[in-house]
Amino acid sequence: MDHLVTARSMFGLNMGVHIIFATLGVGIPLMILLAEILYYKTKDKDYELMAQRWTKGAAVLLGVAIPTGTIAGVQLALLWPGFMEIVGKVMALPFQIEIYAFFIEALFLSIYVYAADRISRKMRIISLVLVAIGALASAVLITNVHAFEGTPAGFRILNGEIVSVDPWAAFFNPSFFVTSGHVAVSAYTTGGFVIASVAAFKMLRARKHNPREYKFHHKALMMGLVIGGIFSFVTALNGHESMQKVYEYQPEKLAAAEGLFETQDHAPLALGGFTDEKEQRVKYGIEFPWMLSFLSGNSFNTVITGLNDFPRDYWPPLFVHTLFNGMVIIGSILILVALVGIVWYKFLKKKSFPKIFMWVFVATGPLAIMAIEFGWIFACTGRQPWVIYRIMRTSEAVTTSANLHILFFLFLLVYIVLVAAVALVLVFYFRRNPLSKELPAQAD
Amino acid sequence: MGDSLLAITVIWGFIFIYAVMGTMDFGAGFWSMVYINRTKTNATDVANRYLSPTWEVTNVFIVAIVVALFSFFPRATFTLGTVLLVPGSIILLLLSIRSGFLVFSHYASSFKYRRALVYISGISGVLIPAFLIAVLPVSQGGFIDIIDGTQRLNLARVFSSPHVYSFIGFAITSSLFLSSLLLADYSKSSDEMEAYAVYRRDALITGPLSLLMAIFIMITMQSEASWLYDKMMQFKPLLYGSVGLFVVAGIALLLPSQKGKGMPRLAVVSIVLQYFLASYVYGRSHLPYVVYPNVTIENGFTHPDAFHSLFIVYIVGFAILFPGFFYFWRLFMKDNKEYSKKKPY
Ligand code: HDD
Ligand code: HEM
Ligand code: HEM
Repeated sequence: MDHLVTARSMFGLNMGVHIIFATLGVGIPLMILLAEILYYKTKDKDYELMAQRWTKGAAVLLGVAIPTGTIAGVQLALLWPGFMEIVGKVMALPFQIEIYAFFIEALFLSIYVYAADRISRKMRIISLVLVAIGALASAVLITNVHAFEGTPAGFRILNGEIVSVDPWAAFFNPSFFVTSGHVAVSAYTTGGFVIASVAAFKMLRARKHNPREYKFHHKALMMGLVIGGIFSFVTALNGHESMQKVYEYQPEKLAAAEGLFETQDHAPLALGGFTDEKEQRVKYGIEFPWMLSFLSGNSFNTVITGLNDFPRDYWPPLFVHTLFNGMVIIGSILILVALVGIVWYKFLKKKSFPKIFMWVFVATGPLAIMAIEFGWIFACTGRQPWVIYRIMRTSEAVTTSANLHILFFLFLLVYIVLVAAVALVLVFYFRRNPLSKELPAQAD
Repeated sequence: MGDSLLAITVIWGFIFIYAVMGTMDFGAGFWSMVYINRTKTNATDVANRYLSPTWEVTNVFIVAIVVALFSFFPRATFTLGTVLLVPGSIILLLLSIRSGFLVFSHYASSFKYRRALVYISGISGVLIPAFLIAVLPVSQGGFIDIIDGTQRLNLARVFSSPHVYSFIGFAITSSLFLSSLLLADYSKSSDEMEAYAVYRRDALITGPLSLLMAIFIMITMQSEASWLYDKMMQFKPLLYGSVGLFVVAGIALLLPSQKGKGMPRLAVVSIVLQYFLASYVYGRSHLPYVVYPNVTIENGFTHPDAFHSLFIVYIVGFAILFPGFFYFWRLFMKDNKEYSKKKPY
């Protein structure tokens, strides 16, 4: 692997690991908060127990979220010193404010976890609200740096020097709200479906022999489906807006996402398939005529610039088409699954779900996480060759230090160990502290 | 105060806080490993009780240092980021293993290999300060070569330098010293007198060792970074003051008191002051260099406009956060008596 590719893989690897735990770190606190609030409202002790058990799970996940996040922050400076020099001069505010978000989250999470029995119920809810705010803020702020990379603002380059720096203009760069919003709502989507997924799996196990546990998990499943369903719908709406921003600000990314080579109006939307560079089209995909123009600019007459109208070395890798599709298809499936699940239970008043349905619910959590991965790799790889769009190339930002290969494999190894360990600890912990042991104490 | 001086003061403040909190954190992890078999004294329990709620907060400070560094001194970050790739990555790897296994060991308390988890996190924990502190001698110059126009750290020279090893020795002994001292105070204030006896003894052993290492640093500095040595010597009164505070701490631990021997609270306060004075002298003498001799706080400084927005955000942020820190401190440090016997949620 050449130097630049190694650096990119190393960073992508770290982010790909961090984002799983980070997203859950945003999504699950919301679910815990809702469970606490439901308990407060309904006095149903099941919800209190849910909050407790999910908190345990979240605390274990943090054992990977925090170190991988710390690695991300430091690695930015180690691997991309050229990029961080500009960020330091122009876009330091979000990092700075993020520190406070981390503090709020860390302080109040510790308070919630380790002082729960010493503080009032109201203080518990306040602590959780602060944890959720801290997590959301840290996601929004760091995403803002990513938004800035795609739609840089607040400075100019004059003879190689950075001038007219306006840190707040950089902060409120054109895609800040849309992109951060997308990340936030997609994290809540994921939190909801991951909870639903685990609950469905447990229901399958408790189905025959344990009606009490079955009921408990059923409540969790419905909570997950409702939250996941609402937020996946919002994610899709907001994703549509993200797409319009990409059309406006990074047209070659849009062209690559859709495998569009020729500039045209009434452009078709290609779903599925693979982009073939030689034949200049998407093979084996389904085409929806005119839809791309409509979705990008709200009119069939919108002209979409094709890849051929950009210099070849501005093209992002063409496989991003598949990633983009993966995200959108998963998004649509999630909305559908939640909708059917809720209608089945609430409106058709069916007591239980058919087994095949349950397995579909089990799949939603992993699917949501896959959508997160697809979306991010699409967004970051689709920005190539730029680290800051049309301002700095990734190759200009990369470190000049050698020996990245060994480090790459060391990081890979440590991540494998950490991810395996976190999975084992979760399984071990919940096996040692099964619901059945905690439920009777709760039964009133 | 000029802008750049203000900025480096903020960074120095973060580094100082992290140096104290971090050494306590890593040291506490180490002690909880060492005393894992002595269940009678509760020494491991006390260490974990301190560690569980605080490690996350402590970790934020390391992020805060990095962020403050690249936002205030982007040029310095470019140099440091380039040359520290390897040591920085080693620190990151150790940190991730340490934090991960620390958490895992808490949640796998009845697991038969739990001990292995505790050992992994305890040992990687004491190695972290050792590597972190190596940044200091590197920033004093002499280890960076310019090859083909790019800066490279000469690792062979780093790992064969006695100066680097004095720093490493100092980092490890200080971690053990500060943490045993803090844990002594912590166990006394939560009436764990057996644990107190253990940690008081450890502090009495590791304290003199850390002072010895500090003296070693000064000796090796004389030859390897004489520019810094000469400047530090201009602050002799403060350095003597610092040693004086160390002596005060030692006496405080030996004095009789109503309950158990020694006054650990007084010792903790004087040791923190001691480190404060010593790091002030070190930091003050290091100026104006961030990385000697190429990067100074002037030529590495960010855009002044950016600095002003950042600084305002700092003030506002910490003002908002202060009550949170206070509440946290009250729950876990001050009222730890009622907390002591209870299991976490
Ligand atoms: C549960 C996860 C999830 C789901 C269901 C969706 N997305 Fe998404 N999407 C993300 C998770 C995500 C993400 C991982 O959060 C990304 C990566 C970078 C970003 O800003 O958000 C993203 C990026 C992203 C981008 C690129 C933004 C950029 O490059 O700056 C676009 C255009 C969309 N999404 C559009 C959509 C559409 C039209 C969806 C329709 C259903 C959709 N997303 C569902
Ligand atoms: C919001 C936070 C993020 C920021 C600020 C960010 C920033 C960056 C930067 C600076 C690079 C290196 C330069 C470049 O290749 O353009 C990069 C590359 C990359 N990032 Fe992100 N990233 C973020 C989140 C993520 C996440 C969550 C993923 C998850 C998978 C991810 C995946 C990647 C990949 C795969 C690359 C390599 C791209 C390639 O070379 O093809 N990023 N990102
Ligand atoms: C380049 C991109 C990123 C960097 C540099 C980064 C940095 C960090 C750091 C330093 C931490 C540890 C904080 C601590 O010490 O407590 C962390 C944790 C976290 N990050 Fe990321 N992150 C990145 C991407 C993301 C993204 C895209 C999200 C959004 C979903 C996210 C959400 C979180 C969350 C929720 C935590 C847990 C925080 C805590 O509990 O303290 N991060 N991240």
